[in-house]
Amino acid sequence: MNSKILDSKIPSGSLERKWTDYRSSLPLVSPANKQKQNVIMIGTGLAGASAAASLAEMGYNVKAFCFQDSPRRAHSIAAQGGINAAKNYQNDGDSIYRLFYDTIKGGDYRSREANVYRLAEVSGNIIDQCVAQGVPFAREYGGTLDNRSFGGVQVSRTFYARGQTGQQLLLGAYSALSRQINTGKVEMFTKHEMVDIVLVDGHAKGIIARNLVTGELEKHAASAVVLATGGYSNVYYLSTNAMGSNVTAAWKAYKRGAMFSNPCFTQIHPTCIPVSGEYQSKLTLMSESLRNDGRIWVSKNKGDSRSPDQIPEEERDYYLERRYPAFGNLVPRDIASRAAKERCDAGYGAGETGQSVYLDFKDAIDTMGQDTVSARYGNLFEMYGKITGENPYKSPMRIYPAVHYTMGGLWVDYNLMTTVPGLFSIGESNFSDHGANRLGASALMQGLADGYFVLPYTIGTYLSKEINSDMVSTEDSAFDSTLKESEETIEKLLSNQGNRTVESLHKELGLIMWNNCGMSRNQEDLDKALKEVDELKKTFWSDVKVPGRSDSINKELEKAWRVSDFIELGEVMMHDASDRKESCGAHFREEYQTEDGEALRNDEEYNYVSSWEYAGENVPPNLHKEILNFETVTPTQRSYK
Amino acid sequence: MSEKLNLTLKVWRQEDTNQSGNFVTYPVADVNPHMSFLELLDVLNEKLIKEGDDPIAFEHDCREGICGSCAMSINGEAHGPVKSTTACQLHMFNFKDGDTITVEPWRANSFPILKDLVTDRSAFDRIMQAGGYVSVNTGSAPDGNAIPIEKDKAIEAFNAAACIGCGACVSSCKNSSASLFVSAKLAQYSALPQGKPEQKQRVLGMVNKMDEEGFGHCTNTGACEATCPKDISVKNIGIMNREYLKALVD
Repeated sequence: MNSKILDSKIPSGSLERKWTDYRSSLPLVSPANKQKQNVIMIGTGLAGASAAASLAEMGYNVKAFCFQDSPRRAHSIAAQGGINAAKNYQNDGDSIYRLFYDTIKGGDYRSREANVYRLAEVSGNIIDQCVAQGVPFAREYGGTLDNRSFGGVQVSRTFYARGQTGQQLLLGAYSALSRQINTGKVEMFTKHEMVDIVLVDGHAKGIIARNLVTGELEKHAASAVVLATGGYSNVYYLSTNAMGSNVTAAWKAYKRGAMFSNPCFTQIHPTCIPVSGEYQSKLTLMSESLRNDGRIWVSKNKGDSRSPDQIPEEERDYYLERRYPAFGNLVPRDIASRAAKERCDAGYGAGETGQSVYLDFKDAIDTMGQDTVSARYGNLFEMYGKITGENPYKSPMRIYPAVHYTMGGLWVDYNLMTTVPGLFSIGESNFSDHGANRLGASALMQGLADGYFVLPYTIGTYLSKEINSDMVSTEDSAFDSTLKESEETIEKLLSNQGNRTVESLHKELGLIMWNNCGMSRNQEDLDKALKEVDELKKTFWSDVKVPGRSDSINKELEKAWRVSDFIELGEVMMHDASDRKESCGAHFREEYQTEDGEALRNDEEYNYVSSWEYAGENVPPNLHKEILNFETVTPTQRSYK
Repeated sequence: MSEKLNLTLKVWRQEDTNQSGNFVTYPVADVNPHMSFLELLDVLNEKLIKEGDDPIAFEHDCREGICGSCAMSINGEAHGPVKSTTACQLHMFNFKDGDTITVEPWRANSFPILKDLVTDRSAFDRIMQAGGYVSVNTGSAPDGNAIPIEKDKAIEAFNAAACIGCGACVSSCKNSSASLFVSAKLAQYSALPQGKPEQKQRVLGMVNKMDEEGFGHCTNTGACEATCPKDISVKNIGIMNREYLKALVD
């Protein structure tokens, strides 16, 4: 244990010069050699589409894969709020350093300084690129770009396109990708799921993909493979992720030797529409900008079944304003989420289920007028009304936290390469930039930073060494043996004569994860839950029922395979949450808190990135630690009181 | 609102593109009115799987009305009876106890049925590849504020760019025309200075591709706008036609 040293390959030099100097010293691949190299891109969300387009523009041949019926449908499309960039257009003192500092502090000092600084450094280029593509960002009357303040920071650095920023950025990247498909430099495979990575002499040299229409298993070879496959929030069953979002590609990479880092760092977003019944398939997020003017409260009486308008002012508990007078309703996501859970667990929750709190705009409407409130939040109110059938102008909304984003992911070095040579990971699928907690409007920034401005350069560190090797062909025996394993899994799933639907097993996993490895964790629950997940894994393989055939569209088969991977991920999350005996960012361990219930970080012992190495079936994974070096900032305790 | 509904669903079942399909009737009891329409299909599918039947195949992903995956006609209307709403955001409190609801895939020759409610909409991607972009390589962009854009123009561009590419417009058009989809992209770029240099090639490329893919012509019925879940305006089609004519005589 801990013997293997993870080399992050962070360049030397001052923080401000690292990326610029490193980029200038990176080995180049000549135009002639680029044309001879193929790169496989898995996933075509913000990171994947931007990277595929950029690599193709540079001259590489790219094969891009997505499970959706079009690259335009990747879940990046659902991001609402905006994208941060250190442009300082508002002249409010913003700078690359400030964006870097906010991000590293927001991540509760569990991310790499050099990566985060690079992210802040390229943030401005992203905006320029997207504007040039015709992304219709919000504008001022003078024609310049508009900004807003987001996620509790003190500067206005968030660029946005109404409440659909993710959509517009993704369509921008999709347009760049479409252009390269048209030139023939990108070959696009929609309705394809990557089901395994093919290793040749320990290097990632291809994939096995399943055509989701014909069911055929296909072999694809390449000089390098890039995973841009998003996060794993659906391990909780209910989350704000799309129904198809899954961990399968990253999980196959893990089982082929790529380490998985910080899996227990999962972000719970405080303002989602609450669960309304057992049939619930997913949760809908509402932008946290609502907390700028809405007041959050519950009744002061346990089990209060009165409708909110019957609860008089003096019997309302505005618990965030009470506990955090300085920040009030604007405390960071992790704190707001935990405080809501605390009230509901204590029996003060609202609604039929008792699992929600009120978000009230009455005061805002009284002081600003309904028109102003409507101008700011109209589309969100409309969405809430559409889903719940209630009118938030008349009675308070009900909200509850929901899993939303995963900071953990595949371990990558500064070049974004995993521990498997030739296998890269970008965007949400890697662990790199958000530490233990991601700030609002930073996910889009990281996806596009990796895709447009980092990977296209750093992949050269690997590919420049491969120019003399012969191109691996799918005739290599490794492809056949890997494909055979995939065939066996499909056969095993389809031939099982069980009586449990995939959905019911996934729900069961979700409940175990949510109750024991969700907003707050403790050793006793984690130990118990690890056994439960282990038990569920056995139940899955003995009882799962997957109808249909392998040679046609079979959504249940797709789901079953994904759920089997989520179950295994669940186990590693429990190990990670057990190991990290401190509270930091989104990871709150009940044993490690201050007297007044705030998170207690332990920099002495846990100042590391935990990286889990697959050790075999039914064997606990091995832990490796990458110690974080803070050369520029000094970790301090976050306080929002 | 918590009164349970008893419904009858008539769903289009089709094994694959080459076989013919038909409606199959399924009673669904005790439907919670807070369910979304897709959750109703989930519940029905769970029942079908348990009974050893093949579940209904349908496209869906974000279930927030933005990815454009879900695509089905409900009682003959694309995405169902509620205006500006995708099927995934259509909730059952919009139906009455005892209702019979017909569910079928998009009907258009350019969107062949793959299975049940799933159609092949890749023609949309191919139209986009024929010009739906600004040719700007990564790294070659000027500063974001170097190109001032009137606020109104930015809003106009945004309104057109809000299209989710679901295909409802094609499905509800009697000619299966893709004009609303194509014109939305063209109008976005036409409102912005970034779109100007390639305007001519773009409109010719995309419109010709649309014809080549077998979509019909627009005869101005406005059915597309009426069923569009994102309220994309038919005015965009006017912009497209004007640009197309200009490009032809230019």
